Amino acid sequence: MKTALRGALLAATVLAACGPAVAEDVTLTIESWRNDDLSIWQETIIPAFEAKHPGIKLVFAPVAPTQYNAALNAKLEGGTAGDLITCRPFDGSLDLYAKGYLAKLNDLPALENFSEVARSAWTTDDGSATFCVPMAAVIHGFIYNKDAFAEVGVEVPTTQAEFMDVLAKLKDEGSYVPMAMGTLDQWEAATMAYQNIGPMYWKGEEGRKALIAGTAKMTDPEWVKPLEVIAGWKPYLGDGFEAQAYADSQNLFTLGRAAIFPAGSWEISGFKRDADFELGAFPPPLPAAGDKCYISDHNDIAIGLNAASPNADAARTFLEWMGTKEFAELYSNSLPGFFSLSSHEITLDDPLANEFVSWRKSCDSTIRSAAQILSRGTPNLWSQMWGVAANVVNGTQSPADAAAEMQAGLAAWYEPQKN
Amino acid sequence: MAFSRARRNLIAELGAHAILLTFTVIALFPVLLVLINSLKTKKAIFRAPLAPPDAETFDLIGYATVLAQGNFPLYFWNSLFVTLGSLFLVLLLGAMAAFALSEYRFPFNRFVALYMALGIMVPIRLGTVGILNLMVATGLVNTHWALILVYTAQGLPLSIFILSEFMAVVSKDLKAAGRIDGLSEYAIFFRLVLPLVRPAMATVAVFTMIPIWNDLWFPLILAPAEETKTLTLGAQVFVGQFVSNWNAILAAMALAIVPVLILYLIFSRQLIRGITAGAVK
Amino acid sequence: MGGKPQKKPFPWHIPVFLAPAVLIYTLVMILPLAETLRLSFFQRDPVSQASFYVGFANYARLFFDPFWVGPFFNALGNNLYFFVIHMLVQNPIGILIAALLSMTHLPGKKFYRTAIFLPTLLSFVVVGFVWKLMLSPLWGVSKDMMSSVGLGHLFMPFLGKEETALTTLSLISVWQFVGIPMMLIYAALLSIPDEVIEAAECDGVTGLSQFFKIKLPLILPTVGIISILTFVGNFNAFDLIYTTQGPLAGPNFSTDLLGTILYRTFYGQQTQPGDPNMGAAIATVMFFIILAGVAVYLFVIQRKLTRYEM
Repeated sequence: MKTALRGALLAATVLAACGPAVAEDVTLTIESWRNDDLSIWQETIIPAFEAKHPGIKLVFAPVAPTQYNAALNAKLEGGTAGDLITCRPFDGSLDLYAKGYLAKLNDLPALENFSEVARSAWTTDDGSATFCVPMAAVIHGFIYNKDAFAEVGVEVPTTQAEFMDVLAKLKDEGSYVPMAMGTLDQWEAATMAYQNIGPMYWKGEEGRKALIAGTAKMTDPEWVKPLEVIAGWKPYLGDGFEAQAYADSQNLFTLGRAAIFPAGSWEISGFKRDADFELGAFPPPLPAAGDKCYISDHNDIAIGLNAASPNADAARTFLEWMGTKEFAELYSNSLPGFFSLSSHEITLDDPLANEFVSWRKSCDSTIRSAAQILSRGTPNLWSQMWGVAANVVNGTQSPADAAAEMQAGLAAWYEPQKN
Repeated sequence: MAFSRARRNLIAELGAHAILLTFTVIALFPVLLVLINSLKTKKAIFRAPLAPPDAETFDLIGYATVLAQGNFPLYFWNSLFVTLGSLFLVLLLGAMAAFALSEYRFPFNRFVALYMALGIMVPIRLGTVGILNLMVATGLVNTHWALILVYTAQGLPLSIFILSEFMAVVSKDLKAAGRIDGLSEYAIFFRLVLPLVRPAMATVAVFTMIPIWNDLWFPLILAPAEETKTLTLGAQVFVGQFVSNWNAILAAMALAIVPVLILYLIFSRQLIRGITAGAVK
Repeated sequence: MGGKPQKKPFPWHIPVFLAPAVLIYTLVMILPLAETLRLSFFQRDPVSQASFYVGFANYARLFFDPFWVGPFFNALGNNLYFFVIHMLVQNPIGILIAALLSMTHLPGKKFYRTAIFLPTLLSFVVVGFVWKLMLSPLWGVSKDMMSSVGLGHLFMPFLGKEETALTTLSLISVWQFVGIPMMLIYAALLSIPDEVIEAAECDGVTGLSQFFKIKLPLILPTVGIISILTFVGNFNAFDLIYTTQGPLAGPNFSTDLLGTILYRTFYGQQTQPGDPNMGAAIATVMFFIILAGVAVYLFVIQRKLTRYEM
């Protein structure tokens, strides 16, 4: 209410004073965890926006990803956060909206350029309010070293059996670590392994929604099977993978010492810069030939408006611009692997990014299974998934036990899953 | 007899050198690894982390990135100003309070001492939101003073705790003599006691300085603006979500060791000199 | 009644000495912390976001809800282990180095002292990075080094195994902080008056027995201070674990300390939103644990230590 009033007053003053008073530039600060994108914003996106909108200056102010949530929360509570807030998907931002830190954006025309699925990650459960403008989704799959495949004489696998066969051949041949993945950081095992291949088994959205509805359990075969599959990867990981951090996995692969990298599409730009061999990509292998294909196509990042921003009008101008084809193209092509969520037809220059996005034609998309609703209680399902997936790959917990642990955690607080 | 004693001393000395050298190598090797790798290409860091840079792998890209991105000389100055400012306040105010607590008997003395010690037991970070509200209310956000105040509050409990221990052993006769000479309590503190506890002050300085210099959290929350950014916060820009720029991080960190090492050398000299001077007296 | 004693003038110097420290400390530290700890008696409604008073419900959850009590005591146990390693390794090594350094006429003292202190000056980001690099099975630094002395078969992914991760991290922390006990003890040894040592030598007490019989008792108060500093530092530690093992303190929570469980709860991680109310409850319990430790020191140990005037 107060902010609405302040916004109205601001608008009134801006309208009233068309003279030299408006010459004063408005500076908008964007809070973000994407340190990685600093130069892209500074060199490409911000100049493009400022050229179109003189009078509005943008500052992209990222912090290290591990500190983002804590720092942002403190700044929002203290009233010192920037005007625009980069939104994590689903419950991470829903929480901010519920606390009144993010403004409702339903009246923003730009949102029309996004499908309902795209908006779902930043919309309340009842669909009544949308609070962030979607930016990009990321797709899981496998990136591989084409030279290594040619050298060892293996073909891109399409089924789980073929996949294991390729791993075995790579291991026998011995010049490459078959797969670059570690469990030290834990999230690799949950994200790059379990959520990467899992949708094939729990049938994407169908399985995810059944879990939310309480008609399926984590201990059902379709949820345990993918854990068994990733447990089978253990012999093909690098020596001492238990102490291998995510950055180690990346380096292992880009230095040409590993053949396959279980990936998210976000790796594309970094890998292209660092690897001096040819890169290819293939979707998660089908459980059996002829099965229907499902991929994890996860809404990942969006930008919302700080409800307390004194520059709400200028910020809305920017959010409006985020819905244009111009922004979608600039963003997707500067950051191959982050696929714009807008409905505009976009041409991607990068062949590897095109490979990833082409899977959308033959496969059904789904989001990460623990992202929506299921991670709202204690214990947190997504955090639990990190731990148990790592344990399963390490071989210190059986897939059945891991599934039982997650189910018990869910049953402890989530009504539809109780007994 | 004399000969065997000299020989025993020699053996003891060699043994001491051997042990100290071992610990020195253990302490320095990882630090050296940071320095070596800050001078190499990213690939060379991971291909052969142990190898010193050679013609092929030598690369100043890390340092170049650090100097090109952001305003590192300014960040350096900010870190130094904040660290020294906090240090000054922690030492002065801490010594004053410690003196009052260890010198005078007054009601609630023990209570105040305990109250001041509470701060050692809870990490101040938990009060972040309250602190931020305070700084917003006083308009100190994005100023050096916000940081200096927080670090002073954070450093005081330990400083008072350690300094009271040392002040308790300052000779009573000396102070009594001063009082007989008609010195005021302030003069006794500043002219007689402070010089004597110089070694303890140097110790506290070292303790206080390190966490302040390396702190990431409060600069991030209280003073993230470009003009007040500290070095540690500035270097964070190279820590990415998926890809970190290790060349730049290592270069920034290698540079960040220098000022704090110089400060340490100054304080440790104070420490040793203060003690030896005290012993000679 | 007559004979009122002459009223002494109010000792203004006492408040003057105390006030600045007490004021800054109260305003900037105590009040914000009290505000935070107050949160432990509240809960937030997940739908309306309204905060309401719940008494000791959060504490009850912490001690009786199986999803809290297990992790909490796991962290407490790990923290005790972390502390014990520091007391058994860091402090004796610190004393040893300091004792060697205080040997008269040892050339190169200053170099040793500075070198051994150097790791303490590093930030956790660098410490985490360099030790992960050294211990990484991939880049082979420590593997090669262990092989070169014939211990190659003992090499393991130390940070990735539940059995070894916590010990490894404790030792890394010892490596980083051994300079502090070294420096404090060295200073204490130097301040032992020469007359005391000379008297001992006249009585024929030299070398090791001199150290144990004469010097060690004299530096015991310093050892006491170091122990309490180690205790407080260890029970507040979390940065090292966060930078090397991540917020979930893996593998399988084997490196979870009270500090890591506190920050994970208070600020959340990834899609796990922070829960300041439970976080504050944990912080309060931690506070009492540390307070108990400090009280033991102040009222039991410190009283037994004899102080010597300088």
